[in-house]
Amino acid sequence: MFAYYLALALRGMRRSRVLTGLMVLALGLGIGACMTTLTVYRVMSGDPIPSKSHRLFTPQLDSDPMKGYTPDDELPEQMTRFDAEALLREHHGVQQAVMTGGGFSIVPDQPDLLPFFVDSRYTSADFFSMFDAPFEAGQGWTAADDEARARVAVITTELAEKVFGKQPAVGRDIRIDEQVYRVVGVLKPWQLTPHFYDLNTSRFGNTEQVYVPFSTSRELKLSRNGSMTCHSEKSADPTALASMCTWVQYWVQLDTAQQVSDYRQYLQGYAERQHAAGRFERPARTALHDVMGWMTLKKVVPSDAELQVGVAFAFLLLCLVNTIGLLLAKCLRRAPEIGVRRALGASRRSIFLQFLVEAGVIGLLGGALGLLLSIGGLALVRQSPSGVAKLAELDMTMLALNFGLGLAASVLAGLLPAWRACQITPALQLKSS
Amino acid sequence: MSNFWMDLRPVLSSLSRHKTAAFLIVLEIALSCALICNAVFVIGQRRELMNVSTAVAENELVRVQTIGLRKDENPDVRTREDMVLLRSIAGVRDVTISSQVPFGNSAWNTGYSLRKDQEKPTAHLSLYMVGERFLDTTGLRLLEGRDFLPEEYQSMAVLDKIEGDAPMPSVLINHAAAEKLFPGDSALGKEVWNGNVASRVIGIVDDILPPNLRQGNKAAVLQPVRFNYANGGSYLLRVAPEDRDRVLKEAGVLLDKAMHERIIFRLERMDEMRSKYFREDRALAWLLGIVSLAMLLITALGIVGLASFWVQQRTQMIGVRRALGATRHQILRYFQLENLLLSSAGIALGMLAAYAINFVLMKQHELAPMPLWYLPVGTLGLWALGQLAVLGPAMRAAAVPPVVATRGLA
Repeated sequence: MFAYYLALALRGMRRSRVLTGLMVLALGLGIGACMTTLTVYRVMSGDPIPSKSHRLFTPQLDSDPMKGYTPDDELPEQMTRFDAEALLREHHGVQQAVMTGGGFSIVPDQPDLLPFFVDSRYTSADFFSMFDAPFEAGQGWTAADDEARARVAVITTELAEKVFGKQPAVGRDIRIDEQVYRVVGVLKPWQLTPHFYDLNTSRFGNTEQVYVPFSTSRELKLSRNGSMTCHSEKSADPTALASMCTWVQYWVQLDTAQQVSDYRQYLQGYAERQHAAGRFERPARTALHDVMGWMTLKKVVPSDAELQVGVAFAFLLLCLVNTIGLLLAKCLRRAPEIGVRRALGASRRSIFLQFLVEAGVIGLLGGALGLLLSIGGLALVRQSPSGVAKLAELDMTMLALNFGLGLAASVLAGLLPAWRACQITPALQLKSS
Repeated sequence: MSNFWMDLRPVLSSLSRHKTAAFLIVLEIALSCALICNAVFVIGQRRELMNVSTAVAENELVRVQTIGLRKDENPDVRTREDMVLLRSIAGVRDVTISSQVPFGNSAWNTGYSLRKDQEKPTAHLSLYMVGERFLDTTGLRLLEGRDFLPEEYQSMAVLDKIEGDAPMPSVLINHAAAEKLFPGDSALGKEVWNGNVASRVIGIVDDILPPNLRQGNKAAVLQPVRFNYANGGSYLLRVAPEDRDRVLKEAGVLLDKAMHERIIFRLERMDEMRSKYFREDRALAWLLGIVSLAMLLITALGIVGLASFWVQQRTQMIGVRRALGATRHQILRYFQLENLLLSSAGIALGMLAAYAINFVLMKQHELAPMPLWYLPVGTLGLWALGQLAVLGPAMRAAAVPPVVATRGLA
């Protein structure tokens, strides 16, 4: 029976090509706009590390000076070096890492290659296993390396190929900013989007290409990137252990609810001890956020992206209303045909289904057009050099959503006209024609 | 007037028999009215943002930024040599160095107070640390007071090595900063505090734009602190617009020749920096523009579609009216009037929705309120659109001959 409805639908559509084309075009435009903006939005708001995002936390401590204090002040986004190193030493989580961003200029051994910049991250041993960083060869460094301020580095495959060519990089020395580091691990291409663990360096950009121990970076006074907030007067070195400037990120892995509540307690205790010792001038205030909570708090998704999705769906709604109107006109125009079919014994149900199938076919065609448009739209989005744009790709979920949206929209649009069509009484139509 | 009511009656009676279709048209017009008003408003706001003034000679400025590969104990020497070299390029009128530039990606900020031990600073200012000839090179206008004297400049490389605060006797502030620090009063000659350091405001300059203007703060302070090639300083070159690309190319070659062991990572025109800075805003404006056009088109086509259907459905009725003496003109007016009624209902609903959406956007996205003149302009525009769309079907209706009346009834 379905095949028969399909045949009827196709015949009906052929009979009013312009009207059908118009409906497919409107629906396609609406779906294309929705899919394009939704894909970009998904990249921006997506879970960067779905397997563990609810087990990774970043703590906040109020290390600001008493001057200008109000109890509902926002907590500092980052930590002082002293606090981060203390939390790392006290080791109360399953895994934990201190980190900050930096930049290196690399002078390749081959004389024909120009020196170039790479982003770097100064961190501690657990970073790689905590964030599920995939190793191509070798592994991360150890806590003992952190302790010893070892000259070791983990680099990406991309950088390894640039510097060492096709030869294995692990065990080789790499010269960075007049220092020599031993490569202990090479990472597979790896991207956390958004770049949640440090929102001050590019939020949707590439992950860093070189990783060296945080302790080593401090001993060598390597230059750092990102934001730094200082409240007291200028001191010669804001990155010194005694400085109250906040510029370090800290992440901890906690696997169970019990561990989380224990950690909150521990953190509050730590802040109270610091307050008692006079290091924290303000009353002890702490917070602990998981990955998604942190991204919400820091408003990672630009409001423009939300605006675009809103506009696209409103547009789709308009296209839907338009389709309802046109389908209705089309159905009623075919009242005589319906009358004949009803008189020849077709039930109301079959008339209803026939028109619904016709609407569905229009929806699928609209979906196909929408897919083409969103592929084009995303190609256009990728032309823009911003980080997030390059990641905007359709995947299977979006593909399914695309046709789902088309079908749902058109069937929804088809309900009213199909209902009106099946209400047509055969006698009246036969008489007037 | 009575003529109008006579025309209106048949319209109302036929509309009451086609409630669904009439409602759909009203809904469609309302939706596009609400959305297009807001889209056009957002586009206008973004355009205003994109045209913000930097108060410098943007079309004559280029920026060169380098970074050293080796530690340089005395970067000021190389910086001075670089600037002599840059000045020697044909077409370069002036050269300066600055810690930050409008639309650049590094931004310095600092708090300024009126008293020494103030709880919270009076104003947060964007911090331009500038070398000699900054005003001359950038074309930034001095509104009051004087420029820095040669002996007032200090080297950042030297300051970096000093423990504690360095004295800073004089600063320049822009007009916005003066308004923030001393509202309604002259700022010239006043004392301001940056932490524990007191400075005197020696002059007020035009509103030079801070690099991070999205925070909505246009207030800036200029300190006479000379950056260098190795600590993120940007060379700014003033050149004639037509020389910009050539000068940049020559600058890259010259600086590389003078010192190979550095990366020259920025050679850019300031007008291109502006265009890059507003890339996302431009993309949003384009998207909204295209969607608005598509909405207009779809609404118009929807009207055409439904109106044609009605014309076809009412062919006999039209024939009867024509046979009973109605003129072509009256039939035409009948459909036009019908459309006008539907459009008006749609616009009324749509305008309410438009201001409601604007209200939500104001709350969520810190958008400004939509001005009231959108109401008459939007109404006229959508009326025109509706009339244009219905014209085709209405003329077809008017062309129906009276003889049709006799056909179907047989």
